[in-house]
Amino acid sequence: MSSRMVAVRAGLQRGWIEFRQSTTNGQDLWSVMFFPIISLVVMFLLRHNTVPGTGFSLGSQSIPGILGMNVVLNGMVALALSLTMDREDGTLLRAKATPNGMIGYLTGKVLSRTGTAVVGLLIPLIPALFLFDGLELGGVSSWVTLVWVLALGLVALLPIGAVLGSVFNTAQGMGFVTLPIMMLMGVSGVFYPISAFPEWLQWLAQVFPLYWLGLGLRSAMLPETLAATEVGESWRHLETIGVLGLWAIAGLLLAPVVLRRMARRESGSAVAVRRQKAMQRTM
Amino acid sequence: MDAGDNDHRPGDPVRPLPPSQGAEPVIDTQGLRMRYGSADVLHGVDLRVHQGEVVALLGPNGAGKTTTIEILEGFRRRSAGEVRVLGVDPDDGDEAWRARLGIVLQSWRDHGKWRVRELLDHLGRYYTPYGTPRRARPYDAGELLGLVGLTDRADAVVGTLSGGQRRRLDVAIGLVGRPDLLFLDEPTVGFDPQARREFHELVQRLSDLEDTAILLTTHDLDEAEKLADRIVILAGGRIVADGNAAELAGRVSGKAEVRYSRDGEHHVESVEDATGHVRELFATYGEAIGDLEVRRISLEDVYMTLVHEFESGRRTEAPSELTEVAR
Repeated sequence: MSSRMVAVRAGLQRGWIEFRQSTTNGQDLWSVMFFPIISLVVMFLLRHNTVPGTGFSLGSQSIPGILGMNVVLNGMVALALSLTMDREDGTLLRAKATPNGMIGYLTGKVLSRTGTAVVGLLIPLIPALFLFDGLELGGVSSWVTLVWVLALGLVALLPIGAVLGSVFNTAQGMGFVTLPIMMLMGVSGVFYPISAFPEWLQWLAQVFPLYWLGLGLRSAMLPETLAATEVGESWRHLETIGVLGLWAIAGLLLAPVVLRRMARRESGSAVAVRRQKAMQRTM
Repeated sequence: MDAGDNDHRPGDPVRPLPPSQGAEPVIDTQGLRMRYGSADVLHGVDLRVHQGEVVALLGPNGAGKTTTIEILEGFRRRSAGEVRVLGVDPDDGDEAWRARLGIVLQSWRDHGKWRVRELLDHLGRYYTPYGTPRRARPYDAGELLGLVGLTDRADAVVGTLSGGQRRRLDVAIGLVGRPDLLFLDEPTVGFDPQARREFHELVQRLSDLEDTAILLTTHDLDEAEKLADRIVILAGGRIVADGNAAELAGRVSGKAEVRYSRDGEHHVESVEDATGHVRELFATYGEAIGDLEVRRISLEDVYMTLVHEFESGRRTEAPSELTEVAR
């Protein structure tokens, strides 16, 4: 077996260990579930509101978007955050000091983040099915759509997360990322159909992957008739594949370059400097 | 320290000189320079370390120790000079080269959620393809835990280890690939005396049994004297001294301190030939001599003198530079 293959297999083990750690630890599990739980509670209270022009519950309509947002949080944002934290505590330098360690590190990271993103989508779905009417997950085609949308979404989101995590040096810096993402959530139709928004805002939302991930998940989970409430009165699968695909290609081209540059700059003294800064902040 | 305490306990074999002086050195730098912006941190460092040799790199803070080590580890690109580590330029070092290095840095806090044995097992896996008939890689995790005295903490979560245990785990991870060359950056900071003693025994075992070359930095001069075959003192980006403890002492002064009492009166004398002087004392005064103590100049004295010499040397240079600027 080639040495790279050995590292990929070590990465598989690493992904499983990290996934197990984050799903058996109360604090980590809370950070995975906190956004959907809060959102489900809020939307449950608003369940009697309806989607404009239909008699369909706004609460039920928002479930796929909320789950999509949670994929963004647990896939992209959490990956970026763990990259900055791993640089701060020396995990990344350890990978650099190990032969083919970066291959194993990244394999593990992508796997464990994929795992938690999937868990973060599936587990809140269970109470949602009991609390909200009108979600249609009985058919095979629903699940097929869900799987490909989720897979393509993750391929689009994870490289962006890796780039963000490499660009921002500290966990604090990531705060600057979270705010725009929250704003993006507001305009991306997570809680409310964007067809009700001004046209320029619709265009803005459609540039980013979050809208398309939400749209794809809605197409998987909601009745066919609700397509009428979307932009263009369609689920637009081709456009979804197109936009998410473009983000995926851009991310996969950019991420290795940025990651390599970031890894090259890692050294013991760089870790020590960051550690010192982190200690000064806590004082 | 008295005359008998010459770093070897009775019964210990005297460590032989590094056997492979003729072979290609494990570390070989010539004219190594490093410049950050307009500030030179290293001005031409020539350093050679041979297989199985333990070399201690000493020097005041800011002398360039960490920079030197990071260049050798391939973590930092040098500005100029020739560098060969295990026969390879660290800037071009591939993964097979990396597999032969062990690195223990000062401030690891990584993998806090992992379990001790799990982490050691995991990191060992990457070394499997680099084993050779002479050197099986990786080290067995259980054996390694025994070696660093962490067997009873094998299932502990890394984040719950004490400072000294964490350090020993770092050393174990540095060793897991059975390195030909091990870098230890201030390995015993935060160790209690017992842990320190055990660590010293571990380092000696490694260089004896595994033929691992070790380059360590420390501020603990006793540690350097105990562990190192050779001591290199770095000050202001230059090597100001290179040799074993006795040779360094010789460079500063050949004198030893002789303390004794004669008829109850205490004397201290600084002499070149301590043995001859003592022989003469006994011949002349016989039974009247008591409380005899011969104190070789300590490494600390040598270190302070050399660093001070260097720093005062730099101070005398300063005025001429100033006048040049003034002109």
